[in-house]
Amino acid sequence: MNGLNVKFGYRDNFLGDIRPVDELIAEYTVLDGGKAVINAGAMKHKEVNDVLREVALRGAFEITVNNVYGQRYIGTRLVLPREYKPVKIVINNFPGNDLGMFLKGHQIIVNGNAQDGVGNTMDDGEIIVHGRAGDVVAMSVRGGKVFIRDNVGYRAAIHMKQYKEKLPVLVVGGTAQDFLGEYMAGGIVMLLGLNLRESEPHRANYIGTGMHGGVIYLRGTVEQHQLGKEVGVRNLDDADREIVATYVKKYCEHFGGNAEEILKGNFIKLLPVSLRPYGKIYAY
Amino acid sequence: MYSYLLPEFTIERSEDKCIRCRVCERQCANKVHEYDEDLNKIFSSNELCVGCQRCVALCPTNALYVHPRVYDYRPNSSWTRDKVQNLKKQAETGGVILTGSGNDKPYRIYWDHLVLNASQVTNPSIDPLREPMELKTFLGRKPDTLEITFEEGKASLKSQLNPNVPIKTPLVFSAMSYGAISYQAYKSLAMAAKEFGTLFNTGEGGLPEHMREEFGGNAIVQCASGRFGVDSDYLNSAQIIEIKIGQGAKPGIGGHLPGEKVSANIAETRMIPMGTDALSPAPQHDIYSIEDLSMLIYALKEATNYEKPVSVKIAAVHNVAAIASGIVRAGADIVAIDGIRGGTGAAPLATRDNVGIPMELALAAVDKRLREEGIRHKCSVLAAGGIRCSADAIKAIALGADAVYIGTAALVAMGCTLCHKCYTGKCNWGICTQDPFLTKRLNPEITSQKLVNLLKGWSHEIQEMLGGMGINAIESLRGNREHLRGVGLEEWELNVLGVKGAGE
Repeated sequence: MNGLNVKFGYRDNFLGDIRPVDELIAEYTVLDGGKAVINAGAMKHKEVNDVLREVALRGAFEITVNNVYGQRYIGTRLVLPREYKPVKIVINNFPGNDLGMFLKGHQIIVNGNAQDGVGNTMDDGEIIVHGRAGDVVAMSVRGGKVFIRDNVGYRAAIHMKQYKEKLPVLVVGGTAQDFLGEYMAGGIVMLLGLNLRESEPHRANYIGTGMHGGVIYLRGTVEQHQLGKEVGVRNLDDADREIVATYVKKYCEHFGGNAEEILKGNFIKLLPVSLRPYGKIYAY
Repeated sequence: MYSYLLPEFTIERSEDKCIRCRVCERQCANKVHEYDEDLNKIFSSNELCVGCQRCVALCPTNALYVHPRVYDYRPNSSWTRDKVQNLKKQAETGGVILTGSGNDKPYRIYWDHLVLNASQVTNPSIDPLREPMELKTFLGRKPDTLEITFEEGKASLKSQLNPNVPIKTPLVFSAMSYGAISYQAYKSLAMAAKEFGTLFNTGEGGLPEHMREEFGGNAIVQCASGRFGVDSDYLNSAQIIEIKIGQGAKPGIGGHLPGEKVSANIAETRMIPMGTDALSPAPQHDIYSIEDLSMLIYALKEATNYEKPVSVKIAAVHNVAAIASGIVRAGADIVAIDGIRGGTGAAPLATRDNVGIPMELALAAVDKRLREEGIRHKCSVLAAGGIRCSADAIKAIALGADAVYIGTAALVAMGCTLCHKCYTGKCNWGICTQDPFLTKRLNPEITSQKLVNLLKGWSHEIQEMLGGMGINAIESLRGNREHLRGVGLEEWELNVLGVKGAGE
């Protein structure tokens, strides 16, 4: 792509030297009816997604991608025609940023750690990470479910929203870093704190700053100073306990563990104190 | 209501002309006029008037005259009326002063200091009424080179082209979201864009599903910090996807659509519950750097199968040229620059009036920088913020824009009188409100025709001016500063603009 009239070495990391998808499929893919195995070891970001889309269009709905080493946007381009059913993608081992961004109803299982932006602005579907995930997990998610076995980084569940039957859920087995649920406008976040020691508080500060919808369930403790000022703390009622039990059981189905033991822990609920946190800062 | 605030407008009613028809009373959402049956008289409360002139325009007997109160306090060049009044409001509330529409402060408007060229003797001017005059513009990334192969005497293109979107005139409606403006106003923009063959911009409030099939072909959809209504269907329904980083009226800050404006329809389009505030954070939390921006650009391309150009809209600020270069290198196909006079539905007054730089300077700086770096062809440049007439638009193109965004001008065409009260949700013209009693004042069938007329009139004027210069395609004018001269500008301003002084 080094055009003749381009100075200062303009380089396109994404589109430069992309190989034709047919060539990639012939060389790196085993397609067997509804199943496909892709070896992503030598592929660029776009190439992986080219191949994924193509095998899905050719009818694969159970796709295993091996030797993934940081390729981005896996699952993003699977915007398939209506007659196609959702796809199940198993990733071994380390997908790159924006895994399942804008995801449209597919299931992604990661056998390894994930990086930043897991489920960014996801629409529907399920992402299950057998490991940890980086920053901005489940940002602006508007539907679907994200399960992370261990910890997540900073800014998880920022600006998560909900609308009618679209109710996104993020379940994190460990703990999270700062700004969890900032500007949160809907949905459910659960932090199970399974890797915290007895009575060790969660790490995050500024939890739920600017929160104006949705709910965060925390297993374990937080200090008041860790919470944003738009957040109120409540005990769980019966409806809450039912929701928590549902997703803890789901978590254990995915990652193992004893749901009953986990549910014995101390849960609290964080709620926004107002649907309009910034309604009064203006002079009209 | 504030104590000790003086009315901003004076309402004069000629009693002998007034026929007590009560039109003024019904038309005013601010409840300025009130009819007293016992006295058979209409009383008007000056302190409630915002000066939108709706009642004046609709009074059947021309009995009303609404005009600004000039200055009530002791004249003072430093402590102007606005400063004093706003201070009094803040003293009572401790709040942030809100405003709407674009910057009204007397910053230099460079359009008014730039003049265009025309052909005399040495080359002929062209008459657009007789000869073809091309305004068609393609928005998107252009290839570095064009490789053509010949096979059996037939030529075919070997280079891979990037997606480009053709528009019939270099005028595009700027981002105004459904929520900020009424459905009727929003639909009018969509209808006009479709009829004329240009584009409208949905802003970040989403594109209602029932409009996608009909108007998606003329839509630019935004992906902004609130990510309202963003999913792959929305992205794929449009022609262009725009990442909104900043807005000229409020660079560096987000937006708060107050809960009372989030009606059932708006909730559905934005996919948030009714009545909650729609908060757009100041940054996009997945973009903290140029690398992150690049990541979102390619995420959007992935989501749309690399079939659509991605635009990045920024506010014109210091170092805008370097920022634009980064944006192009990050993979954007279009860079939109919104200057300090760009409009808004609501912004803090302090920000609107003081943050950012004039678009003319920013545009010239960006165009120059991208040319110097040899990457100007890798993006289209859209200029926004304060384009008031066709002459501004054509000057913007001569300064390096591919096309211009028009926002306030389109609103004025729909009826707006620039009263700057968009944030109150009580727009008597039915544009910037969600009150069904007010929004039904706009009939999209009629309003869209006014917008089409605006595009038609401006396009023709642009053709006339182009012809006068002896140019027959808008492309030939792009960045062609030889056709501009500055009048009354300082040396540094001429340098930034890259134009010579008049007479040179």
